[in-house]
Amino acid sequence: MLDHVKKLIAYYEEVLSMPHRQEIARELRNEDDLFLLMLYSEMIGIPNPVYYYTLELYPHMIEKFHDWHLRMGMEKSPLSGIRCC
Amino acid sequence: MNAIALAAIGLFIFVLGYRFYSKFVAEKIYRLDPNYVTPAHRYKDGVDFVPTNKFVLWGHHFTSVAGAAPILGPAIAVYWGWLPAVLWVVFGTVFAAGVHDFGTLVVSVRNKGQSMGTLANKLVGQRAKILFLFIILILVLMVNAVFAWVIANLFITFPSSVLPVFIQIPLAVWIGHAVYKRNAKMLVPSLVALAVMYLVAVLAAEYQILQIDLVRYMGGEDGAGIFGLGAISSAFFIWIVVLMIYVYIASTLPVWKLLQPRDFINSHQLVVGLGILYLGLLFTNPSITAPITNPDANDVSWFPLLFITIACGAISGFHGLVSSGTSSKQLNKETDARFVGYAGAVGEGVLALISIIAVITLFPNADAFKESYNSFAAASGGGLGNFVLGASQLANGLGIPAEVASTIVSIIVVSFAATTLDTSVRLMRYIISELGTEYKVPALEKTHVATTIAVVSSAALVLIPEGPNGFGSGGYLLWPLFGTSNQLLAGINLLLISIWLKRLGRNYLITLIPMVFLMFMTLYAMISQVFTQWAWWNEQSSTLLFVFGALILGFALWICLTAISTLMSKNQTPLDPNE
Repeated sequence: MLDHVKKLIAYYEEVLSMPHRQEIARELRNEDDLFLLMLYSEMIGIPNPVYYYTLELYPHMIEKFHDWHLRMGMEKSPLSGIRCC
Repeated sequence: MNAIALAAIGLFIFVLGYRFYSKFVAEKIYRLDPNYVTPAHRYKDGVDFVPTNKFVLWGHHFTSVAGAAPILGPAIAVYWGWLPAVLWVVFGTVFAAGVHDFGTLVVSVRNKGQSMGTLANKLVGQRAKILFLFIILILVLMVNAVFAWVIANLFITFPSSVLPVFIQIPLAVWIGHAVYKRNAKMLVPSLVALAVMYLVAVLAAEYQILQIDLVRYMGGEDGAGIFGLGAISSAFFIWIVVLMIYVYIASTLPVWKLLQPRDFINSHQLVVGLGILYLGLLFTNPSITAPITNPDANDVSWFPLLFITIACGAISGFHGLVSSGTSSKQLNKETDARFVGYAGAVGEGVLALISIIAVITLFPNADAFKESYNSFAAASGGGLGNFVLGASQLANGLGIPAEVASTIVSIIVVSFAATTLDTSVRLMRYIISELGTEYKVPALEKTHVATTIAVVSSAALVLIPEGPNGFGSGGYLLWPLFGTSNQLLAGINLLLISIWLKRLGRNYLITLIPMVFLMFMTLYAMISQVFTQWAWWNEQSSTLLFVFGALILGFALWICLTAISTLMSKNQTPLDPNE
């Protein structure tokens, strides 16, 4: 019985949080996009004085970078130095 | 007739509809494939495209489509007697709304989760999309204007509901902050918020000092008010200005700050409201006192207006926007569409059914009913108030004191109406921006420019001096157009589904028949209203209604002709369902 109640509460919680989770994810994604843009600003022609260091991050964020350029409508990586796909 | 029996028959038909008809549609017409890779999986991005459990998605879908409209429409439509309203709600849900909501979901799933507007562009052409946007624009303008009046009216009639509704705002901001910034779970905070609201409601119902009653402050109904408007008109004016300022802020803030947490509180209210009403029905076992059909209702004919007055609750074009906008992007398996889409429509039908029952059991006898519903205008103006009283009578059966019950029911209605109001202002802003992009007017794309246009135009419509229900009811001047444009949108959606089915080489009668029925009723209602009622050569002429009505009618005919020629066209390339 208690299990059923717990399940019901979990279900209710999930219904409630669904649209909220989406919004939080969207805000986070926007923040991430901005961060990536600052890191790789070179490719839209904005000089990046610390590109040497930001490129160091590349192995750590290669997967995120790939998702990002796909989302931005670029099928292949726009940076010739970064070949994720 | 006994009201419990009526509810039981209605619910039984809903169950049969889901069990058999939707199964038939799912297997033979839409041919749902459990192995189809839905957009939620194909484009999974953790934000818009997220595979979601079907029960969770149903809950979300239902709370998004259920608002004040399935209460308002039926509460007015019982004017023609309860039987026509019940029949249209029950059969409209089973044969029209079910296939419509289900169909828009499936078509969108098979087309990368795109919205019906985009699909109109793809299936019929660019022009159809822009006309679609214009119809939605006029629709949301009406919703803004009418719902502002509805809320102001409830605030004035039930002053004890003001404080609890206003307390909801800081509570919602607090929940948004707790969840977003501190990653808290939201169930407990939103239940606490609800409890606080209802506690305030109980106190406000008890102590007059907590009731914010503008009319009383200005010296009662005969008081002078401001700008020489009289107390009641002044109260309307003040509330509408407050509401417009509120929607401006609410629709420009990030959604997680105010709108969404408010929606959580409101979804509890939906559950609480439905629970109270159906349980109250069981406990009070009221008899129906309203007439089966009302022969005195002859100032406005039920045919075709009944089918227009009850839009949400029987079939509504707005549901297609939710189905194809968000739900389709989160469908885990294609076979879940039947439960989410069809049963979502059934949920709305259940709400509309109890709304009818609340109103038709309110009056002590048929004469009292006829006195209250003595004309269509009286029904439109008083329908919602009657629902609140009828619903509180049902709640009274559960031992909730009448005063508290009516306060809580009016809070529920105001909350629904307020959610609809700020969602539709937001929607209006998006559409204005999209039209700005389409017609290359970049200024319109700016948030504050678009919101200002939305709010100012709605406020102007509300405050037109000669509203049919007194000052501040300018929205009701256009309200006769709401039902028609909403049904039109549903008709266009059904037409698009039919085109899609035809291009797949399947039987499309299942959507074409409700479409023809709906379009016939809508166009019939519009043509007769525009030309025999509102045009300047008639006694009841109204330039505003004529202009807007003629505009919508023109758009509707245009879309219909384009779409029908697409439907009839022989040289269409067949679609591949797996494309």
